[in-house]
Amino acid sequence: MSDPVVEATDVVKFLGHGAGRVQALRGVSLALNGGELVLLMGPSGSGKTTLLSVLGCMLSPNMGSVRVCGQSTAGLAPEQLTQLRRHHIGFVFQSYHLFPTLTAMDNVRLALDVRGDYSRRVIERAKEALATVGLSHKTRSYPLELSSGEQQRVAIARAIIGDATAILADEPTAALDSENGHAVMSVLASIARQGTRGVLVVTHDPRILPFADRIIHIEDGRIVRKAGNGGASVPERTIS
Amino acid sequence: MARVEFVSVSRRGLRGGLRRLCEFTANTVIYLWLAVKFVAALLTGRKVAPLIFKLAARNLFHDRLRFAATITGIVFSMVLVTVQMGLFVSFRTMVATMIDHAPADLWIMPLGTKCFEDPALLDERERFRALSVPGVAEAAPVLVSFAQWHIPSGGTTPVLLIGSDRNALGLQPWNIVEGNLHDLSIPDAVAVDRSYFERLGTSGLGDTVEIRDLKAKIRLVTQGIRSFTTTPFVFTQLDRARSYAAISANKATYLLVRLQAGADPETVRTHLNQSLAKAEALTPDAFRSRSRSFWLFGTGAGAALFAGALLGMIVGIVIVAQTLYASTKEFSNEFATLRAIGSSSRYIYAVIIFQALLSAAIGFGVAAATGMVIVKATADSALPVLIPEPLMVGLFLLTVAMCVVSAIAAIIHVMRTDPAVVFTR
Repeated sequence: MSDPVVEATDVVKFLGHGAGRVQALRGVSLALNGGELVLLMGPSGSGKTTLLSVLGCMLSPNMGSVRVCGQSTAGLAPEQLTQLRRHHIGFVFQSYHLFPTLTAMDNVRLALDVRGDYSRRVIERAKEALATVGLSHKTRSYPLELSSGEQQRVAIARAIIGDATAILADEPTAALDSENGHAVMSVLASIARQGTRGVLVVTHDPRILPFADRIIHIEDGRIVRKAGNGGASVPERTIS
Repeated sequence: MARVEFVSVSRRGLRGGLRRLCEFTANTVIYLWLAVKFVAALLTGRKVAPLIFKLAARNLFHDRLRFAATITGIVFSMVLVTVQMGLFVSFRTMVATMIDHAPADLWIMPLGTKCFEDPALLDERERFRALSVPGVAEAAPVLVSFAQWHIPSGGTTPVLLIGSDRNALGLQPWNIVEGNLHDLSIPDAVAVDRSYFERLGTSGLGDTVEIRDLKAKIRLVTQGIRSFTTTPFVFTQLDRARSYAAISANKATYLLVRLQAGADPETVRTHLNQSLAKAEALTPDAFRSRSRSFWLFGTGAGAALFAGALLGMIVGIVIVAQTLYASTKEFSNEFATLRAIGSSSRYIYAVIIFQALLSAAIGFGVAAATGMVIVKATADSALPVLIPEPLMVGLFLLTVAMCVVSAIAAIIHVMRTDPAVVFTR
């Protein structure tokens, strides 16, 4: 395991305003290291997605700190957070969020396009990323011409093309059948095994437990248990 | 003290302004250079086209019905603006057409004359006063007056007589399509425009008609000398015009002044204004400006045209804004995804602005073609729509500005979108 690619320390996050204000995270600490695949599990409303948004620099914590590749996000302006996200974090969403009007190749290329990379090499890189997820034969297909599993794999290719060090996946298998879910998790696990990237997967899906290096359980905005894949609970501080 | 402070602030402001201008110019040059380099790299295959254009185009064309509605909105709006502005240009040109065609260095007219068609009269003594002013070589009288034209089939119609002697300083008809200018020297000869034949009840050259019970013969036919007031112009000799209008022989509406070589028009004008009793002298530019000011703004006609154009623009902005907003809202998941994967605000602005520019280019193309058809169709009307090239360029820039302004609502919507919504949709 290498140094943490994303690290949260005592993060507190409130959501909403006034009477509707709720504390979504209550002092969460965790670290995602390069080379590991971590599952974040918990019931609905436990704060999983909020934590993912905070780790992904989409939300700023009210208290505590977040570091991405060693850089603290404290005090950064929205555009600086965007820049951090652009260069270090890749996202995989439950609903894929592919652009229906772009081909698989262009959807993948988009992650480099937003960086202003228009060199000819982006075509090769997009092909490589699609090959990594086993879709080198679908470069010209539009999302609607792809199965759900294939769409999710295109989304993974988009997340990895920019050499992001942290891949944050939100319920990537929730909309997939067993076979496609297995294929998607295999891809994510192989990405983690390359050693440089850490993969954090938010999930409810017990079918994907075997892919995890670690499992973190969250309830009511607190991490209640961290475990190695053997299932034995491990003290929080030693695991991260 | 206060004055010193004011000067100091002004200088600072000037320096700041100059600095900003220099920065703007430098940035523009840099961006242009980068754009040229980028296009060159694209053409030579070293770069690939940014997806901004593809995203924008596909967002726009994705819903064809909405795209058609957008373009229809832009076209209607711009055709309205084009026609209003074309009429304005035409009106502006037509109200000064006689002044443009008079070979005068200066115009002398009764005090308070508002425009060329204002039929007040000067006494001949003013002519002698004018001729006595140093620098004046010649002062030729011109009569402009309404008269009754007897339609051969019955009834009368008003015409605007232009009476002028046939000399180098006269106000003569132009665009002659039948007859010869010399023929206007023949007794009873008049010149009318072809476009008024029906109105005047004549079949054209050689017809004998009556103006105020006096015989007149059409010996000259012109094309395109039309009055925006729809009252036909009738050119004739000065003395005949006086007879047709029943005006005494020592009266005229204008004196067209030719200056001696080397005379300064402004100096002579000043002297003329000191010498003339109930008249004033104006340069052609000043008279043109006064005529335009009267017809365009004094009568409210110009304001009405501008109001129509403004209305067209507002309609256009609302339609394009509404469509862009709806399109952006439909693609808000995609825009949120763009923000989530790290696209800068500038990238997202570019997508929306390019959508607006694409709409502008297509909408303007259709509107311009429609405008050209209208120009052709109205060419022979009382007030043809004129669209000179600078107006066309201006209208294109206006369309672009309109569409870019319309994009603001969409941009605000996107920038308010929380990228974290991608996790919940």
